[in-house]
Amino acid sequence: MPPQKPAPEHAPVNAGAAPSPENACKARLEQYKSAADALRDILLADLIRFGEIPAPTFAEEQRIRFLADRFMEIGLDNVSIDAVGNGMGIVSGREGRRNLLVLTHADTLVKDPKDQTIEVRADRLVGPFVGDNSIALAALTTLPLLLERLKLQFKSNIILLATTRSLERGNLEGIKHFLANSGRTIEAGLCLESVQLGRLNYHCIGLLRGDIHCRLPENYNWAQYGTTGTIIPMSEVVNRISQIALPHRPLTSIILGMIRGGIAYNNVARETILSFEARSESPDILNQIKQQITDICNEVGARSGIKLSLDVIAQREPGGLDIAHPLVRKATTIFTALELQPMLYATTSQLSALRDAKIPGLTVGLTTGERRYELDEIDESVKIAPLSEGLAQVVGILQEIDEGNIS
Amino acid sequence: MKLNLRKLLKKMSGHAPAKPEQKKFLAADWLPKHTFHHSQFADLKSLVTEKERQNLRISLCLPTLNEEKTIGKEIIMLKSELMTRYPLLDELVVIDSGSKDQTREIASSYGANVYLARDILPQYGERHGKGENLWKALYQMRGDIIIYIDADITNIRPHFAYGLVGPLIRMPEVQYVKAFYDRPLTLSKGVRVSGGGRVTEIQIRPLFSLFFPELTAIIQPLSGEYAARRSALERLPFPIGYGVETAHLLDIYHHWGMSAFAQTDLDQRVHRNQSTHALGKMAFGIYQTFFRRWRAYGYATNLPAMETVLRQFQNRDGRYEQIESPIREEERPPIIKIPEYQRAFGRFP
Repeated sequence: MPPQKPAPEHAPVNAGAAPSPENACKARLEQYKSAADALRDILLADLIRFGEIPAPTFAEEQRIRFLADRFMEIGLDNVSIDAVGNGMGIVSGREGRRNLLVLTHADTLVKDPKDQTIEVRADRLVGPFVGDNSIALAALTTLPLLLERLKLQFKSNIILLATTRSLERGNLEGIKHFLANSGRTIEAGLCLESVQLGRLNYHCIGLLRGDIHCRLPENYNWAQYGTTGTIIPMSEVVNRISQIALPHRPLTSIILGMIRGGIAYNNVARETILSFEARSESPDILNQIKQQITDICNEVGARSGIKLSLDVIAQREPGGLDIAHPLVRKATTIFTALELQPMLYATTSQLSALRDAKIPGLTVGLTTGERRYELDEIDESVKIAPLSEGLAQVVGILQEIDEGNIS
Repeated sequence: MKLNLRKLLKKMSGHAPAKPEQKKFLAADWLPKHTFHHSQFADLKSLVTEKERQNLRISLCLPTLNEEKTIGKEIIMLKSELMTRYPLLDELVVIDSGSKDQTREIASSYGANVYLARDILPQYGERHGKGENLWKALYQMRGDIIIYIDADITNIRPHFAYGLVGPLIRMPEVQYVKAFYDRPLTLSKGVRVSGGGRVTEIQIRPLFSLFFPELTAIIQPLSGEYAARRSALERLPFPIGYGVETAHLLDIYHHWGMSAFAQTDLDQRVHRNQSTHALGKMAFGIYQTFFRRWRAYGYATNLPAMETVLRQFQNRDGRYEQIESPIREEERPPIIKIPEYQRAFGRFP
């Protein structure tokens, strides 16, 4: 028997052929990750700069000014701050026929944090609001530099937008204003959140956010109703809300977020305010909850002689894209190439404003992290290493959208 | 190498880049010409152009000892803006005194060149103190301009470096630029505005007012942030500990006069608070430096030998006990006198 030629250990299969689309995508993303890694100090420095500028909702000017200065320095087109304070810059496309929007909110929750200093540790950053939403803002200012390093020029314009008046009583006013007044047709939107890398939100949960005000009227009848003030009636309201039957399907919940009232130990509280948020996959259920809470207010008010009113500060319809939508599919392709397991859940973020404007949109996260609440402060920590993957993901998704059809 | 400060100071006069002013000094004249705000140098593009036109190399030194909480942030903030975005700095070096925490690892991971002070010029022995690091940095770094920035600043910004280097690039007569700022001290959770450094106000300013009134124009004489030309620093002796800033001011003033100084307002600097006992040690070291120069300048001939033990008290369970802290403010000679330095840089006294 003639000696057989041993088979090579790793026999080339179809040697010399072009790599599969999956492998080509993986290779591209690896390249994006390396380039993002090389820009790490720029990203982290901007993150610290953003994070240490106080920006409570309705007072984001200083943060947006810094963003606009950075956009100008980088040489973006149409750098501007609009009437409600949103900051914008455009990375112009080769063709410029389509506009892709990359956005994040610039405002933070706490009005007067004692100390917004960010600490840099070996593998993470620690400080208030690093996760919500300083990284996403820094990603906006780093993205143009990353595209430049990668020598990537998309066909579409990339509009980079930091929105104001997003949280709490802001109720997405910034993004709504932009969409209504920018005069640009937006093909698709990509909302950036600092955490968690792997989230892929394509659907919004419905939301009802409100304050229940409980006030002693000017003509309050002390003899008839007693001297308990507004806290006791509000406790009854809380008790009644907690008894509202909520279905498991469609998924529904009520969060009692804040309660405040009174001024001293020895003064009857003349006003108490309860802030709550109801969430549901069903708009009908949200309307029912709204009606039930209104009824509770009226009933408790009538019995106690105290003025109770519901002030709805936000109501958003549930809805969004279908999981089979081309945009979701394209994002999933990138997630798969990055070996990220997509976390699919409904969100209450800026996505709902895109949805209302009939613009297909997604929300993605940029790194992993955690948040710790104390009574009056928020401390967050975010990991540094996953950031390059987070940025690569953004470039990858934008490229997929730019090259394909998402309608 | 034993240091004869008196002989040295006499010799240094021959290398003075500028003669001290003979006319009466008026702080009102000096201040507006030599006092800046960092924003005056914020046009980094033009600063870099001018630096390149003058063919200058600029080095930044961060002296450290157990600064793991702040070092990473300082490196990121300075490197990203002043190296990656604008090539103002040519090198960023950490000279560490032997930290027990992760200072060196963190500094290195964020891209600084990290050295242990004891590994630099080891044949000259190991001393402990910030001044030792600053002196050894002169041998390790290659810049024509050296910037020193303390590593414990929590609100570091790029202007801490470009604000100091700006006057050196723009004004050839300036040799040494000092920082000044508001100095809120970090308390448990918040910050409060202090009236200025306690040692500055209680020790240095009264001493300068008594004996060197012109130097009172330096708003924050003990600030740990300054930049200087190598050609000046290499000719200065360096106290290894607390006295290094005071020594620099006195020696530069003594030989080159006020025109060699500038100062820049860096707005606010947030740093860790120090106990009164710790500040007592600092003041003790500064007194040694001060009186050594007083004697060397010939202002006093009969000063007794100085003690090198600081005695402080503490109360333990109702009993007072004395704590003795040996503090010997040794000095390194001007580095230009070191043969290794002469060979490495081709510069000679």
